[in-house]
Order: sequence, then C-alpha cells, then structure tokens
Amino acid sequence: MMSDPHSPTFPPPVTDALVACHDCDLLYRKRPLREGEKARCVRCGALLYTRKPNSIERSLTLALAALILFVLANVYPLLDFQFQGRAQQSSVLSGVRELYAQGMWALAVVVFVASILAPLLKILALLYVLLPLHFGRRPWWMAQVFRWIETLHPWAMTEVYLLGVLVAFVKLSDIATIVPGVALYSFAALIVAMAATDAALEPEAIWERLETRR
Amino acid sequence: MNPALPVTAARAALARCHACHLLSRMKPLAPGSHAHCPRCGAALHLRKPDSLARAWALTLAAYILYIPANTLPIMTVVSMGHGEPDTILSGVRVLIAGGLWPLALLVFFASVVVPVLKLLALTCLLISVQRKSRWRPRDRTVLYRITEVVGRWSMIDVFMISILVALVKLGAIATIEPGAGALAFAAVVVVTMFAAMSFDPRLIWDALENPDER
Ligand SMILES: [Zn+2]
Ligand SMILES: [Zn+2]
Ligand SMILES: [Zn+2]
Repeated sequence: MMSDPHSPTFPPPVTDALVACHDCDLLYRKRPLREGEKARCVRCGALLYTRKPNSIERSLTLALAALILFVLANVYPLLDFQFQGRAQQSSVLSGVRELYAQGMWALAVVVFVASILAPLLKILALLYVLLPLHFGRRPWWMAQVFRWIETLHPWAMTEVYLLGVLVAFVKLSDIATIVPGVALYSFAALIVAMAATDAALEPEAIWERLETRR
Repeated sequence: MNPALPVTAARAALARCHACHLLSRMKPLAPGSHAHCPRCGAALHLRKPDSLARAWALTLAAYILYIPANTLPIMTVVSMGHGEPDTILSGVRVLIAGGLWPLALLVFFASVVVPVLKLLALTCLLISVQRKSRWRPRDRTVLYRITEVVGRWSMIDVFMISILVALVKLGAIATIEPGAGALAFAAVVVVTMFAAMSFDPRLIWDALENPDER
C-alpha cells in the first residue's frame, strides 16, 4: 500500500487488540482470559473486561425468565389492604394512575418510568438483541438497541421500588391488615432475574459473535 | 497483572466508544462535525463533551431543588376530615414515634443523608478537577463510582408515596394526598443522576498527564 508522506504514520487503526480503562483512560494490550477471569485496571481498579462462560445463551434464558416475572409482577396485586370492613388493592400501575388522578402527573411519570417502562424496555431490548444472535442472525438496528440498554440501565429502579413498597407495608401494618400479593413475590424474583441477566451478559462476546456473522 | 501501556488512550489519540467500548483513532475534524464509531455508530469523543459545565449546572440545580424537597410537604394524610402535612423529616419523626427504628433509619439515610452526601461528593470532585488537583486520584475515582451507584436509592420515599396513595382511599375515613415536596424530591434525585452521568472520571487522571504544565 502507498503511504501518504504528509500524513503521520498511524499505529494499528481501529483496534480490538487494545482496551482503554473506563475510569482513568489508561491503555492496555488485551490478553486472552480464561472463563470466569476478570482483567482489572492496575491504576484505578476498574473492571476492564471479563470472559463469562456461555454468556449469550445464559443471559438469553435469564432475560426470558425476567420477562415472565415482569408480567406477573404487573398483572397481580402487590398488596391487599383491609381496614374496618373496607378493602383496597394496589398494583404498580394503580399507584401511577392514582398519582395522575390527583394532579401529580410529573410524579406519575417518574414512578412509571422507574418501575415499569425502563425495566420493561431493558428486558425487551436485551431479548431483541440476544434472540437473533442465538439463532445466528444479526438483529436490525442492533447497535442502536444495544446502546439503549446501557442508557436505560440506571433508570430501571426495580429494587428501589420494592423497598419503597416494603416501607409502605410496614408503615400501614399497625393500623390495618395488609396481605402481600402474588406481584410482591414476583417482583422480588424479577430483581434476582434482572441482576443475574446483567451478571451473565458480556458485551464483548456479543460484538464478537456479531463480527463473525457479518 | 495486565500489560499496561504507559500512555492513556487520549494521548494516543484513541477514543473509546461510550456504547460498545471499541477504540477508534480520532482524526482532526472540521468544526461542528462529528466522528462516529465504525462498529456501532455512536458519537465518539475523547472525553464527555462539556463535562464540567454540565455537571456544575446540574449540581447547582439539585442544590436549589433540595430546599423545597425538604420544606414542602411530601404528602398529607387526611383522616376524619382534617389533614396533617408530612415533610421528609416529619415522616421520619413519625416512624421513630411509632417505634419503627430500622425503618426510620432506612428512610433517613435514603432521603436525607444520601442526597446531601452525593451533592457534596460531586462538588468536591468538580472543584478538585477544576483546580487540576493531583491528590489521591484513585480514591476520588472510587468516590465517583459510589456516587454513581448510590443515588437511585433516594427514590424510596417517592415510591412509598405512590403505594400509599393507591392503597389508602377509604372514603370518609382517610386519604393520602401527594404533596409538592415529593415532586421536588424526585427532581433532586433525577437531576443529581444526570449530574453524575455528565461528569467524566477520566478528567481526574488527566491532571497527572502533564506534570510540567503546572
Ligand atoms: Zn483505570
Ligand atoms: Zn461503538
Ligand atoms: Zn458530540
């Protein structure tokens, strides 16, 4: 190949062989890892990259489980409230609806995004990427969808929401009879499933498999 | 140990993609134009754009919102026709009066201590980066990581209100109305999360790059 005398000589261009630390920008030459091994930055301690066994298949299975649990957690009531012969049920959505009905629409939006929309979109986006990859296909708009997953991550506050429900539960339990509903248990299981999905996911493996499909 | 190269990615003119983590060579660009990741199409930057200005603006906004969040009522419990407004702190006091110590501590920590510490931590990071401080960069990076992870837990009270509002609708006996303080409080959490996201921890380490410059 001819080289342009006016341009500086570039070291290897866009490269998979190097990796930069997320937190301090130090440059590393990548080395192959054994399964389960982690490479950490020596300067700041950040995780550089990992290698997880069967990453795509395991995160796919767990994301499917999370989707089922998400449906259960939103269809059934969270808590049953009984007080002097009156009964009231609450679900995730009824909390949002009530805030909206009382004129606090901005608050309703915050609760809706954090407890329903962001977790659901995150699960669906993961399935959208992982399912085709599992069957050896390249999903359309794969890069964009994968980017959303990272953007959505901090806004899915499933575990915080569950803690808020438990505080409400304890607060009311000495003035009324409160019975936990199916959704409460599904919610707890959903948190475990989502955390396990994140733990099994290895973005490098996804991009690697994508590269071989091109 | 990892084979660290004695340079940062930025010094080697390599930009790390926010979305897929691929390193790409940054060529000089025409003003106003953008480099894009060849693998996923995300915009490429050596550092998060306008990191300090954005993080400062959002942090200051959060400080201001913190005042109504703590002085306005987050909810009003209306029982037998007369209502008692609750602020975050009076809510904690009610829990203590009811003997619910662990819960009072949890709410106090999540709603009062965490947001204040998070804002102070961000302010420290911003000032130290602005002064090009070379003081304990590793500890400051850890402080940033904690700040990023811990903020969402402050939403506990907001979620609790959404459940209480939906559950306690007992006609003439009692109702719970959400207050403007809850909205301000949710805004503090969201704005502080955006502030932490716009801060670039690599700026902490950039001060170590050119020792002779200062
Ligand atoms: Zn590092
Ligand atoms: Zn990319
Ligand atoms: Zn840009």
